[in-house]
Amino acid sequence: MTKKNWFLLAILGVVVVAIPPFLGSYFQHVLILIMMWVTMATAWNLLGGYCGQVSFGHAVFFGLGAYGGGLLHLHWGTSPWWGMIAGPLLAVIIGIPIGLITFRLRGAYFALAMLALGETFRIVFINWEPVTAGAVGMIFSRTWGAQKLPYYYIALAVAALSIYVVYRLVHSKYGYYFVSIREDQDAAEGLGIPTTKYKLYALIPSAFFTGLAGAVYMNYIAYIEPHSVFNLSAISIMMMLCVMLGGAGTLWGPVLGAAAYTILSEALRAGIGPLAYLIFPIIACLIIMFLPDGIIGDWGKIKRVFSRRKPVYAGGE
Amino acid sequence: MAYLEIQHVVRRFGGLVAVNDITAGIEQGEIFGLIGPNGSGKTTLFNCINNYYTANSGEIVFKGIPITRKPTHEICKLGIGRTFQVVKPLRRMTVLENVMVGAFLRTSNATKARDKAMEVLDFCELMHRKDMLAKDLPIADKKRVEIARCLAGDPELMLLDETAAGLNLREIEAAMEIVKKIRDSGITCFVVEHVMKFIMGLSDRMMCINFGSEIARGTPQEIASHPEVIKAYLGEEYVEGG
Amino acid sequence: MTLLGQTLITGVLIGGIYAIIAIGMTLIMGVMKIINLVHGALMMVGMYVCLVLFKSFGLHPYIGMIPAMVILFGIGYFLQKYSIERVAGVETILPQSQVLLTLALALTITEIVRLIFSSDYQSTYTPFSSKCFYVGDMSISVPYLVSFVIAMAFVAGLHLFLTRTDLGRSVVATAQDKDAAIYMGVDAKRITNFTFGLGTALAAAGGALLLPVFYLFPDIWGPYLTKSFVITVLGGMGSTVGALSGGLLLGVAETFGATYWSPGYSNVVGLIIFLLVLLFLPGGLKTIIGR
Repeated sequence: MTKKNWFLLAILGVVVVAIPPFLGSYFQHVLILIMMWVTMATAWNLLGGYCGQVSFGHAVFFGLGAYGGGLLHLHWGTSPWWGMIAGPLLAVIIGIPIGLITFRLRGAYFALAMLALGETFRIVFINWEPVTAGAVGMIFSRTWGAQKLPYYYIALAVAALSIYVVYRLVHSKYGYYFVSIREDQDAAEGLGIPTTKYKLYALIPSAFFTGLAGAVYMNYIAYIEPHSVFNLSAISIMMMLCVMLGGAGTLWGPVLGAAAYTILSEALRAGIGPLAYLIFPIIACLIIMFLPDGIIGDWGKIKRVFSRRKPVYAGGE
Repeated sequence: MAYLEIQHVVRRFGGLVAVNDITAGIEQGEIFGLIGPNGSGKTTLFNCINNYYTANSGEIVFKGIPITRKPTHEICKLGIGRTFQVVKPLRRMTVLENVMVGAFLRTSNATKARDKAMEVLDFCELMHRKDMLAKDLPIADKKRVEIARCLAGDPELMLLDETAAGLNLREIEAAMEIVKKIRDSGITCFVVEHVMKFIMGLSDRMMCINFGSEIARGTPQEIASHPEVIKAYLGEEYVEGG
Repeated sequence: MTLLGQTLITGVLIGGIYAIIAIGMTLIMGVMKIINLVHGALMMVGMYVCLVLFKSFGLHPYIGMIPAMVILFGIGYFLQKYSIERVAGVETILPQSQVLLTLALALTITEIVRLIFSSDYQSTYTPFSSKCFYVGDMSISVPYLVSFVIAMAFVAGLHLFLTRTDLGRSVVATAQDKDAAIYMGVDAKRITNFTFGLGTALAAAGGALLLPVFYLFPDIWGPYLTKSFVITVLGGMGSTVGALSGGLLLGVAETFGATYWSPGYSNVVGLIIFLLVLLFLPGGLKTIIGR
C-alpha cells in the first residue's frame, strides 16, 4: 500500500478507536450497528462480489450465528458469550453441506436456492419449538447492562478482523481464483481450478463472519427471534444492498455501503419515521438502475455527472 | 502408446452423433492439425479430451493415464492446457492478472506467480498490454492472452481451438510464430482450425473429419490433395478475416 | 378416508389457483429469461385493487378482477418498459442486478401499499366466503371451487390465445428463440413488455381468486412468490401445461403437508420441493414425463 493509504488507514484507526468513548450512548449504538453491517457486508462480498456466487439467503448464517450461543444457553445454561465461537462454527458446519449441494447451481438459480434455504430455516426455527424456543425467541441478560462501549469494541474488532481476512485472501491465490470463477467458471476449470472447492473456500469465511456478526448481535441486543434474524428483506437483502451501494468486488465498498446504509437508516428513522421503510427500497431501485457497481465501482460515472460543465477535449478522459 | 491416445471416442447429443468413433494418436513434440467443415465435431472432440463433455464411449489416454472421466481441472493439472473457440478472457482482470491465474496452477505464492506471468507475457510479446483490462483488448490480443494464460501453467500439451479465427493476415502470421515458438519450447500442440494457411503451415501431421467421422489423415500435402477432403470442403477458400 | 379425499380435493382446488399465478410467472420468465421477483407484490396490488372496488362499489372480487387485471397489466408493462428493461444486459460486477431490481421493486411496492392501507388485515368477507357443500362426508369450500373453475377457464383461454392468435404465437416464438423471432418480424421489445403486462394481469387474477377466502395484508405475497417459483421450475420455464400440472401437484403436496404434518410447515413443503427440483430435476417435470 502507498504511504498515503497507510496514513489514511491510520487516521481511520485512530478515529474508530479513540473517538467513541466521547460520544453519547445513541451514537455509540449507531456505531455498533455500523460495525455489524460492515462485517456482514464484507463477508457477503467475499462470496458474492469477489467469487460471483450471489446468495439471496445469507440470513441463514446470521441466524445460525445468533442461535448458536442461544441454543447452548437454552439447553445447557452456558453463557451467551460462548456464542461468539459456537455461532460462527454452527454457521460454517451447516454452510459446508449447503454449499456442496447448491454450488452445482449457476447464477440466479443459486441465488434462489439460497433464498429458499433462508426462508426454510426461518420457518423451521419458528415452528420447531422444543429445540429453538420458537417464535417467542430468547432473552439473555446483558453482561454490561446499559453500557455500550464494551460491545462497540468487540464489534469493531470483529469488523476489523473480517476486513483483514478478506484482504489477505483477495491478494493471494485464493482471491485470483475466486475472481476467475466469477468471470468465467468454465475457463477457470480449464485452467486447473477445482471450482466447487474454491467456492467453498469463499463460503467458509463468508459464513463464519456473517455468523460472528450474528453472535455479536445476540450478545448486544440480548434478544433473538427467528423472524428478525433469519429475515429475508431486513438481513439477506440489506447485506446485498450495502455491498451494491458501496461497490461489489472491492475491499472498502462494503464498508462504505454499510456505513452509508446505517447512518441513512437511522437519520431517516429519526427524521421521517415510518416513511423511512419506503425510502430504502426506492434507493435500492435507483442504485441498481443507475449505479449498479456502487459508489466505488461507478465513481467514474459519479464524477462525470458532477463535472458536466467542464469542456471535453478530444482524447481526454 | 502415443503421447495422447484417442481411442474410438464417441459423443452423442440425443440423437445426434457429434463424434463418431474417432481414433488418433498424437506424438510428443509435434503439431497435430485437425480440420473439418463447420459442425464436423472438432470442438466437441476437444471438449471430450478436456472432459467438458464426457465421451459416451471410448477412451482418452494421456501419458499412459486414462483421462476420459477425470474432472477438467485435474486434466489441466496433468499437463493439458486449452484455448477456446469463442475466446474466454477473465474480463475484469488485467492481462497480467489473467496470466497469473494460469501461473497459480503450479505455485501458491503470489510473487512467484507474478514472475512467471511476466516471463510468459514476454514470451508472447504482450508486455505492452499487461495492465489493460482483458475486456478492452482487440480480438487478436484476447486470443494471445488466452494462449499466455495457458502457457503460464506449464502445459505439456496444448489444445488450440480455432486460434486464427477472426484474425487478419498479419495477425495470423504472428499467431503462427507464437505456436512455432511454443512447439520449439517442447510443448506438443493439437490444433483445430479453419484457416488453411495457419494449419497447413504449422502441422506436422493432420486429420480431417466430417460429420464426426475421420475422412482422411496424413501430412498437410496429402490432406490438401485428398479427394474426400476436397469434396467435404467444396467451395471453401483460404479464409482472410479482418 | 374422508380426510384423504377432502385433503386431495382441496389440494387440487387451491392448486388450480396457484397455477394461474404461476402461469403468469412462467410466461414472463420464458420470454425474458430472468427471474421475476416482483410478481408476488404485483399480485398483492391486484388484490388491493379488488379490495377497494369491493369496499367502494360492492363489486365482488370475481367481478372486480377484470378492472384489476387491466390496471395491473398497465403497471406491469410500465415497470418492465421503464425500469427492468433498463438494467437488462448491462454488464455489472454483481451478475444478478436484474433479479435484484425486481426484488427491490417488490419491496418498494409493498411499502407504498403499507403506507396507503396500513398493515391491518383486510378481507372481502361475504356469507358466500364460508359456504361449503358436502360430497358424502367431505366438505368442499364453495369459493375454492368457483375460483378453481374460473382459474381453469383462464388457463384454457390462455392456451387458445397462445396457440391460435398471432400475438400469442409471437409470444411463444420470442420465448423459444428471441433472435429467430426478430428475424421473422416480431418486435421482441414490444412482445416482452406485453408479456410482462399479461403475466402480471394473470397474477392479479389469481390474487382476486384468493381474496374471497384469505385475509389481505401487504406482506401476503411472500409465500405465493415462492409457490410460483416452485411451480415454474417444476413445470419447466415457459410451459403453461407445466405450470398447470406443477400447480396442482404443489397444491396437493401442501394440503397433505398441512393436514398430516403441521399447518405451520405447509409453506416449507413448497420450499423443500423447490430445492429438490432445482437440484435433481433442473428441467422440471418435463424430464420425467418426457413431454
